[in-house]
Amino acid sequence: METKNIMIVGVGGQGSLLASKLLGHLLLNEGYDVKVSEVHGMSQRGGSVVTYVRFGDRVYSPVVDKGEADFIVSFEILETARWLPYLKQDGQIVTNTQQIAPMPVITGAATYPEQLVEKIKSKGIKIDAMDCLTLAREAGSPKAVNIVLLGRLSHYFGIREEAWQEAMTAVVPPKFLELNRKAFALGKNFA
Amino acid sequence: MKELMLGNKAVARGLYEAGVCFVSSYPGTPSTEITEEAALYDEIYCEWAPNEKVAMESAFGASLAGRRAFCAQKHVGLNVAADPLFTMSYTGVNAGFVVVVADDAGCHSSQNEQDSRHYARAAKLPMLEPADSSEALAFTKLAYELSEKYDTPVLLKMCTRVAHSQSVVETGKREEYNKPYEKNIGKYVMMPGNAKRRHPIVEKRTEALREYAETSPINRIEKGTGDIGIITASTSYQYVKEVFGDEAHILKLGMTNPLPDNLIRQFAAGVKELYVVEELDSIIEEHVKALGLTVKGSELLPRIDEFCQNQIAAAFGRKAPEGVVLEDAIPPRPPLMCAGCPHRGMFYALQKRKCTVLGDIGCYTLGAVAPLNAIELTLCMGASIGAVHGFNKMLGRESEGKTVAVIGDSTFMHSGMTGLANVAYNQSNSTIIILDNSITGMTGHQQNPTTGYNIKGDPAGKIDLEALCRAMGFQRVRVVDPYDLTACDTALKEELAAEGPSIIISRRPCALLKYVKHKAPLKVDKEKCIGCKSCMRVGCPAISMQEGKAVVDNTQCVGCNVCSQLCPKQAFSSTTD
Repeated sequence: METKNIMIVGVGGQGSLLASKLLGHLLLNEGYDVKVSEVHGMSQRGGSVVTYVRFGDRVYSPVVDKGEADFIVSFEILETARWLPYLKQDGQIVTNTQQIAPMPVITGAATYPEQLVEKIKSKGIKIDAMDCLTLAREAGSPKAVNIVLLGRLSHYFGIREEAWQEAMTAVVPPKFLELNRKAFALGKNFA
Repeated sequence: MKELMLGNKAVARGLYEAGVCFVSSYPGTPSTEITEEAALYDEIYCEWAPNEKVAMESAFGASLAGRRAFCAQKHVGLNVAADPLFTMSYTGVNAGFVVVVADDAGCHSSQNEQDSRHYARAAKLPMLEPADSSEALAFTKLAYELSEKYDTPVLLKMCTRVAHSQSVVETGKREEYNKPYEKNIGKYVMMPGNAKRRHPIVEKRTEALREYAETSPINRIEKGTGDIGIITASTSYQYVKEVFGDEAHILKLGMTNPLPDNLIRQFAAGVKELYVVEELDSIIEEHVKALGLTVKGSELLPRIDEFCQNQIAAAFGRKAPEGVVLEDAIPPRPPLMCAGCPHRGMFYALQKRKCTVLGDIGCYTLGAVAPLNAIELTLCMGASIGAVHGFNKMLGRESEGKTVAVIGDSTFMHSGMTGLANVAYNQSNSTIIILDNSITGMTGHQQNPTTGYNIKGDPAGKIDLEALCRAMGFQRVRVVDPYDLTACDTALKEELAAEGPSIIISRRPCALLKYVKHKAPLKVDKEKCIGCKSCMRVGCPAISMQEGKAVVDNTQCVGCNVCSQLCPKQAFSSTTD
């Protein structure tokens, strides 16, 4: 199998590390060779963060390059736009519609672009956008945005539901498991 | 068992399996997790040392005692520890001694992009370079065998993409190892006569290691198709394989010092065109050229930044995919001080007084970014204090009343104290601000000698900063709460005006520490807010303007009240009011 590429993008502190941990666990259990590349240190402090997940028969590079991502899973819509050039021609975006203003926008040095979902759609790109924060709150915690997004990603992924549930049991602390199962279902079944 | 493991965790696993007993390090991205992960094994004694030099000397002591020992640091950390390293090359070791140096090509979290392979050549030490987690584990164990067999410290070079990538590893069992200590003055006391006798041993050892490199399985030729041959190592190997698969011959080097001359010649003889793909400096390429071979490398690929697969494809004239770009300008999202960061208040006070701020290494380096723009120098760990001393000595009264050094608690322990000794001894009229957030913050919350806890979170010795500064001869030492803007301003005004050197300790724990209790978020009364943006001057990510009024993001705000002290209309109040 040709290597498949997933990028998880967002703002430092939004919970992308748990999402990549869950994906890594899931894909390894499915028998793939897997590489996951993360960001630590300075770049985490509220900056733009990206995690790469790659899987296939044999994975070499730990990073995903421009035009290579089969999926972009995004916690924030400006970050979706920032990393758009990394999407493959026929790649799929799963994104939260939440907006978090970066400091240059807060100080007035730059403006936050409008109608990004529509603009991305108009380029003929497959984008599935939803308000994950509201769904996460519905599940019981605003911190469950990551699992809502993965629930949605599972919709496009040919991996059986039980495997996802198993991976969740393995990486999520037991006391948050029920909440995360709910968040996963809300994301998966979002219409 | 097969598992997905971070490169750094795989090194820690290798330490465990190799029977390592002692680990001492100072945190630094991208090396930190090795020591944190090693600390989870009860069989390994682990500690955070005040700096890399102390860590390396402590680990050397453990090796001398006959126990396998280890220390890890980032590339710039090895600059600090270079002094013991160069002479340890002469003494050799007792039990195995391995040193990780983790480079940061691409400057993800560093002040420079230096290539640590120069150290291996300069200190005449073997260097192994894993290309993924599986090799990180295996090479760590191999490094201990080589260290003992060749009587040498061994450098294990990591880089961001190997350290912070997870890939599949298979774990094994721990094997205990120890040796007795034996007194040996000729080997371990490096006075000139002994050092002179040790030097030829070092040169012979390098030749023996070169012999080993010629046949070691970690330097391997991967036969492919086509005319091209590529010599590569570390993460560059992965990018090369990603682009070429089996369509090129590859010499994959797991050991990058000393280099295997005969193996390189043999590889070159079997290909029509020879290339080197290596990140940062042209170390392998220059060596290959010195062997009289025709090779290309630096003409194709830059000596700056980390590589990626598309870049290598393009350099070799291969087609790389392209993505879609929107017409809109995408505003950058630089890292910033968190909401409730205790550094913010002091930086606001410094900026308001138009102080010249000579900075240091840590989260507070972010005081240099907009809108605070408060820092004018960041060089290396501890440099703020040395620099303010020299600056004030030259500019005298012109600068003394408005120039300060700012340095974090951990950085102060690392190498600020010696700078302070210079200020005290050579008497410059300098003001030093210790930003004490009670943790090593930027690298992800490690304990240090001022926090009172050790790496496992157990109670430990605690250095009293005020008592230390007074003992070093500073009469004026005062503590302020950086959430109190008036107190910060008063302290600055008085200490800058005072005759003689002074210390301000700006003390409040990092807002991200688990034990720190946050207050309820603030809210803005829209009737009272006049949209003057005074609150925006502190650059808090929780405050923005909507329809001409300030708005607080209650998922971020921790109720620190720094912003509300700037509001002329008292428009802020707690959401609990």
